[in-house]
Amino acid sequence: MSGPLSPNSWQYRALNSANPGLDFLSDALIELARDGHRVIAGSADLQYSNGLNKFAKEFPERYISFGISEQNMVTAAAGIATTGMIPFVATFGSFLGLLACEQIRMDCAYCAQPVRLIGHHTGISLGFYGTSHHATEDIGTMRSIADLAIVSPADGPQLYAALKATIHHPQPIYFRIGRGREPDVYTRQTPFVLGKAIEHGIGEELTIIACGLPVHPSLEAARRLTAGGRSVGVIDMATIKPLDRAAVLRAAKRSKILMTAEEHNVLGGLGSAVAEVLADEGCGIKLVRHGIHDEYSLIAPPTHLYAHYRLDADGIEAVARETLARI
Amino acid sequence: MTAPQPNAPVRPNSFDLTAGEIARLRGKARFIRLETIRLIEIAKVGHYSSVFSAAEIFAALYYDVMAFRGDAPGWPDRDRFLMGKGHAAVGLFPILAEFGFIDRETLDGYTRLGNPLGDHPDMRKVPGIDFSSGSIGHALSAGAGMAWSGRFEKRGFSVFVMLGDGEMQEGQVWEAALFAGHQKLNRLVAIIDRNGYQLDGKVDDVMAIEPLGAKWRDFGWEVHEVDGHDIAALTRLLREVKADDSRQKPCCIIARTLKGKGVSYMETEPGWHLGYLDPADAARAVDEILSKEI
Repeated sequence: MSGPLSPNSWQYRALNSANPGLDFLSDALIELARDGHRVIAGSADLQYSNGLNKFAKEFPERYISFGISEQNMVTAAAGIATTGMIPFVATFGSFLGLLACEQIRMDCAYCAQPVRLIGHHTGISLGFYGTSHHATEDIGTMRSIADLAIVSPADGPQLYAALKATIHHPQPIYFRIGRGREPDVYTRQTPFVLGKAIEHGIGEELTIIACGLPVHPSLEAARRLTAGGRSVGVIDMATIKPLDRAAVLRAAKRSKILMTAEEHNVLGGLGSAVAEVLADEGCGIKLVRHGIHDEYSLIAPPTHLYAHYRLDADGIEAVARETLARI
Repeated sequence: MTAPQPNAPVRPNSFDLTAGEIARLRGKARFIRLETIRLIEIAKVGHYSSVFSAAEIFAALYYDVMAFRGDAPGWPDRDRFLMGKGHAAVGLFPILAEFGFIDRETLDGYTRLGNPLGDHPDMRKVPGIDFSSGSIGHALSAGAGMAWSGRFEKRGFSVFVMLGDGEMQEGQVWEAALFAGHQKLNRLVAIIDRNGYQLDGKVDDVMAIEPLGAKWRDFGWEVHEVDGHDIAALTRLLREVKADDSRQKPCCIIARTLKGKGVSYMETEPGWHLGYLDPADAARAVDEILSKEI
């Protein structure tokens, strides 16, 4: 066996290096380091998946390979943070949100250390790798931890902006990000403010409150429905905690029905957070929570899963039409 | 050492302790045991025997080896102390009060509603606590992170992490041991309080951990074993370990101790891991501690 491989063949490192899905993460960290911030980064054997290899190449002395030891990574990051540094540690969201959940609670949040926890490939974006790699509970676990903020960017540019905008936040933040193949909604210059939703419009009939990957298809669905004469708006709830309650209440006041869209179990996630606000304030408005309905996802390529679970534009449009029919 | 050591005596030539130093540290270990009895009387429940096995370790670190400033808990060059066995914090709080990290009124309100001092140490509430604990198995990772940072930022501080021997059963300890060994964190010192007992019985019956020294050596650590109640030997070893700038690996000290050391019936009954002495029994325990030299 000799001779060159077919151009259709590929291997993990080369593919990810040539076409980094999550280069926004490293780009932001490199700029923060160059600007004099005391940032370091670490990963649990996934630097080519989360693109931190780019940062590691630029600042090798600021990068820690933790090996496949997520719990040690999270706690060590908290220890590092006690000395005034800002550690960014990354692994799959499924491992941060569940395997290292107690380390996040005890060592990052309870100790109030400014650790940046980067949970990537969240939701069902790892497709046929299956349930072990899917993160559909992480918002639920992270949301119930006091003093922990949760940011769920819609795309890479928003991640970039959020990483930089929150650099002085004195407490830990869980960044729930995708796999870097989300279509862009924003540019790197779009301002990000922790705790402020981005209102793309409030519908007279329906407002869809979305976070993460479903933001883009929600906007597309709203555009189609609006073109068809319906009044549908979208709020990007990029910060899940602290939740922008005022934005929820503005939508509740003006719309006839609300819908949430998230790549997460409908229990414990964005839909639950919005429902809590509506109940707290006695809004009396119907809310349709769209997402994964308390089940383990099927396996399939990601785009097939998004179609199956109606998290692509066609699917969200269909759920929105059903929601409108309930007014 | 670039940093001053306001609380540590100057010893230019020898790590050996003078007779005066030994007597002073014995007195401090006794003070820690007595204060533990006093504070647990306030709470009506507490971890006597977990403190008693570690009293000499506390005394050696805080009254001799570590550099810190009671008037400046955030001093960036201070040595750090973390407790994997956070349930022994009741033995640390009197020390913090003596050095002025906390005031006497706070100490005397131990565990009362709104008081910052509870069964486990909380760094957000208690000045002088370098890291919160309570969930066993985390502390070595946090200490390793601090030691990594100290090296990266070229500070000279040492990080001392006190671990329980039952804690060796936690998987995260070995993740941290691998990490620190791989990173050659030479300012990191783990001190294992090898008192032999955990809640359900003898450590080696519940889940055997020996050969312990060999395990740590295999993970890339320098290992020392010492009688954890021999204050002269323990302190001398800690002085040497802290001063050793040639070591290119983290250091593990296995301190052979007795759970409940100082109160005879606690030394033979592991149930005293957690308990309460009514005032008459507490007075007798105090008498016993005062009557003998450890």
